[in-house]
Amino acid sequence: MTYRNDPYDPKQVALLDQSSLDDAVAAAEKAFAEAGDLDALASIKHLHLGDRAPVSLARREIGALPPHAKSDAGKRVNEARTAISAAFEARQAELRADRERRVLIEETVDVTLPTARRPRGARHPLTTVMERISDLFVGMGYEIAEGPEVELDWYNFDALNIAPDHPARSMMDTFYLAAAGVGNEESGLVLRTHTSPVQARTMLTRKPPIYIACPGRVYRTDELDATHTPVFHQVEGLVVDKGITMAHLKGTIDHFAKAMLGEDVRTRWRPSYFPFTEPSAEFDVWFPQHRDGPRWVEWGGCGMVNPRVLIACGIDPDEYSGFAFGIGIERALQFRHGAADMRDMVEGDVRFARAFGMEV
Amino acid sequence: MRVPLSWLREYVDLPADLDADALEQAFVRVGLEVEEIQDLRTTVTGPLVVGRVRSIEELTGFKKPIRYCLVDVGNSEPQGIVCGARNFAEGDLVVASLPGAVLPGGFEIAARSTYGHVSNGMICSARELGLGEDHSGIIVLPPDTDAAPGQDARPVVGLDEVVVELNVTPDRGYCLSMRGVARELAHSLGVGYRDPAAAVLPLTSSEPGYPVRVEDPVGCDRFSAVAVRGINPTAPSPAWMQRRLNLAGIRSISLPVDITNYLMLELGQPMHAFDLGRLAGELVVRRAKPGERLTTLDGADRALDPEDLVIADETGVVSLAAVMGGASTEVSALTTDLLFEAAHWDPITIARTARRHKLPSEASKRFERGVDPQLTPVALARAAALLAEYAGGTVDERVTDVYAVTPPAPIAMPADLPARTAGVDYADERVVELLTEIGASVERDGDRLLVTPPTWRPDLTDPADLAEEVIRLDGYDKVPARLPLAPPGRGLTAPQRRRRTVGRALAEAGYVETLNYPFVGQTTLDALGIPADDPRRQALRLRNPISSDEPELRTTLLPPLLAALRRNLGRGHRDLALYEIGMVFHPAGTQGTPPRLGVDRRPSDADLERANEFMPHQPWHVAAVLAGEVEPAGWWGAGRAGDWSDAIEAARVVVAAAGHTAEVRAAAYAPWHPGRCAEILVDGTVVGHAGELHPQACAALDLPRRTAAMEINLDALPLREVTVAPPISGFPPALIDVALVVDRATPAAAVEAALVEGAGDLLEGVRLFDVYTGEQVGSARKSLAYKLTFRAPDRTLTVEEAVAARDAAVAVAADRLGATLRGA
Repeated sequence: MTYRNDPYDPKQVALLDQSSLDDAVAAAEKAFAEAGDLDALASIKHLHLGDRAPVSLARREIGALPPHAKSDAGKRVNEARTAISAAFEARQAELRADRERRVLIEETVDVTLPTARRPRGARHPLTTVMERISDLFVGMGYEIAEGPEVELDWYNFDALNIAPDHPARSMMDTFYLAAAGVGNEESGLVLRTHTSPVQARTMLTRKPPIYIACPGRVYRTDELDATHTPVFHQVEGLVVDKGITMAHLKGTIDHFAKAMLGEDVRTRWRPSYFPFTEPSAEFDVWFPQHRDGPRWVEWGGCGMVNPRVLIACGIDPDEYSGFAFGIGIERALQFRHGAADMRDMVEGDVRFARAFGMEV
Repeated sequence: MRVPLSWLREYVDLPADLDADALEQAFVRVGLEVEEIQDLRTTVTGPLVVGRVRSIEELTGFKKPIRYCLVDVGNSEPQGIVCGARNFAEGDLVVASLPGAVLPGGFEIAARSTYGHVSNGMICSARELGLGEDHSGIIVLPPDTDAAPGQDARPVVGLDEVVVELNVTPDRGYCLSMRGVARELAHSLGVGYRDPAAAVLPLTSSEPGYPVRVEDPVGCDRFSAVAVRGINPTAPSPAWMQRRLNLAGIRSISLPVDITNYLMLELGQPMHAFDLGRLAGELVVRRAKPGERLTTLDGADRALDPEDLVIADETGVVSLAAVMGGASTEVSALTTDLLFEAAHWDPITIARTARRHKLPSEASKRFERGVDPQLTPVALARAAALLAEYAGGTVDERVTDVYAVTPPAPIAMPADLPARTAGVDYADERVVELLTEIGASVERDGDRLLVTPPTWRPDLTDPADLAEEVIRLDGYDKVPARLPLAPPGRGLTAPQRRRRTVGRALAEAGYVETLNYPFVGQTTLDALGIPADDPRRQALRLRNPISSDEPELRTTLLPPLLAALRRNLGRGHRDLALYEIGMVFHPAGTQGTPPRLGVDRRPSDADLERANEFMPHQPWHVAAVLAGEVEPAGWWGAGRAGDWSDAIEAARVVVAAAGHTAEVRAAAYAPWHPGRCAEILVDGTVVGHAGELHPQACAALDLPRRTAAMEINLDALPLREVTVAPPISGFPPALIDVALVVDRATPAAAVEAALVEGAGDLLEGVRLFDVYTGEQVGSARKSLAYKLTFRAPDRTLTVEEAVAARDAAVAVAADRLGATLRGA
């Protein structure tokens, strides 16, 4: 207690004087505003809010006041203290915000730095094109059929109406497998020259209706150059059902071409010859996005399944008819994606597949 | 097939204004693929003239004989031209390109000094003018050439011509002739057609001519021959004939031979000319006898096969039928009497003979694809007349014609078959009209048409063939487009989905897919150190490989994949991770050759099964290889070189993508480093291997040290079953770390398995987070630090419960592997 308690004259207590309280608030506000950072603010906090701060000392005097004066003095002291606390907190919030802003600025990084700690891989575009085509046919209700790459020549040729001495057989430039042993005798096995043996295998094991697409690797004895490769890929389609006509074949190929190449694609048929289809045609697509300008591009072969093939595979041609078609995947990659050189597709240079990534 | 347009015009009324595009479309519409349309008028520019050689001065002292010629090219003074060819004489008419001319290939002619003379131009060979491959000498024009020196040489040599190169499909043998091509073009354009065969009166006689006996009427169902005697043996072929042969790509040889070739092109009937004076007695058509030989026209002495069809006289075989004539009876410059032969041979026999002797000739090509059997007397009549016209002589009025041809039988076709096939409503009349147009005769028989194909269409054997003719000639463009409705499908199969997932997983893990040829050689397996008795040495072998170094089919994906790795290294890539998903090939256990299955009906299940026993086993594999860094150095710090662990991780990625958990066990298996090789197991079965390659394999294949690889047999992985969803507990986990000290040789996988087994159901996860070797644990021991996560499904675990579970886990590890708690 700094002053004598005089119950009759509360005004004699200078500390409780309103102007003293106002001064204390003003001094605190000024000091807080002058504190430049949170540390400085913390270091002066006790001067204005601590036990020996003017408002704290003033509060102590209240007890000695006569009862009628206590309420008024208490209210005024509290107001002053609340004002100082508020000034402190406001300043503290301001300084904290300042500090956070500074920290964020200090933490700024160069977001353009490379982040490739783990280089990305890629899938081969021949794979993804085949998958895309497969998905398209799956969406139409087809199933995807596959078969062995080394085939009995019966499945690759005979069952498809290519008799042993048919000129078409020698045109296929077939890889023949040698029989076991040291000689070079025939084994009756070939590397399939097309995915058509898968069609034969399917017809032999399933009853119509058959709607399948057969993607896969095939082989012909061509030397590798810019436009040929002895190992390449095809997708063939086969439909066997009641009442199937060439119109259905045309509708299917048109739909397929549009789905793969865009709505402004057109198709054109040229009569041709395949032993396993009769009638047979080759088809071209009008491809406006071709890198050398809009043009007709040869894409595949197609036709109505030759009744002889149906018979060899146990399907009654009087009850069922069917169509088949096939396209080259390398060819699709060549004109759809402008891959000019076949060697890039087979040499496995990582730059080629990486350019396509995970999808086509 | 090269078709000069002017020749075609003789038989078909081509519109005068037909341009190249329209011409191509016309061919394509009926199924004749146009390889190229050559407008020869544009191939040589500038002065190309007829010249007469006035004088020849032989220049000597050079490496080869050279001639300096003075050639009259219509100017006042003859032109001096240096020439290296020797097949001409003074007075000959030749073709000279003069300075300013540009020959095919952009070869510009200019006056130049050479061999001590100024050469003012060039005397041209056929090849230099783009007229064929002949470069054995310069073109010497026939003496009857109607052209004077200085005149434009283009029309004289056929450079005023348009030549269409056609690709003829194997079913259209008749289109290997002007006769057939003209007919198709007439169909396509709807214009008039004159059959060159119909314009000729076939040669016939009641008395047979030269004696011929056909012993094998199946192999040869028609053999016709006529003799022409007393010809001028040196009479040259007329200029027009040489020109046409030249344009069609056939060299002029001598008048009789040129006539046979010309008629083969005109009519499609291959022929042969024998020197009559060198034939001895009756000709016999038969199969060759065992041990018989023949020296053919090309000078080769050939051993004949008993299946070969031959023509023999009393002295033996004189001709390999339809494939190549014999040298002993060849027409020569002394031949005055000759015998023209035109026959019809069995396509299959001819195909086999041509293949067996590797002699695909123009004649065999036609017989394989089918020749009109009615042509033989027509061709003989033409040949005899042409020879008599240009070389004199007398045509024997007796003609031999041994005939056993079966005429084409009528084919019964449902009248609506073309409509049902195409989905187009053809009127019956239209069907009859189109079939009649191709030369067939058509009779109605109720709902059917009885169609007898023309003799030149042996390819028409089935109703479907006739339907195709109708649809083709009416136009494929008239067929509408409709989409058929497939029944609901079942989507991709589980193995198909799995291959995709595996491929994507590896690509996401940094591997780049390559699709490699499956061709390999044993030397690569040697380099990889694959033991001699390893099953991977048992490979299928090609009879006709692309490269004799790689005649086999891969039994493992690694050799081609490592070759791709090396190719990439060679192109300057250093940090590489590649993968491939593909088939490998293992021979079937069954020996011998598979049974021949028929095609006239479905083979029985038993037969199919028996044949399939010969099928090689062809499982899908996946392999990955890596070299260099898998994580590059960067601003974040040092890079990390790929090693054995990355290869094993790739294997784990594959197995996980397939829906399983890989078990890993140390193994010794080539081509891996014996101390850094793991076998990968699923459900206790080994499905593949992974690790670092053996240093010797890397050295032998020129790969970087520490190259790592993995290979898994995808087909050996069980298909994933339907996944059962796990219960997810919302209670907090209890985490406890343990460090166990074990022998260095103890596999971490065994320690983990012991912990898992001992910890019981409360264990949610276990993770090895540190491996320590060093003084603190002793030289023969290592410390493995694990983080164990415990969690209960229904409550928060107490510390006591978690500690008890940990103690149980450690107890099993201690008991089984002698593990002790580190620091304990």
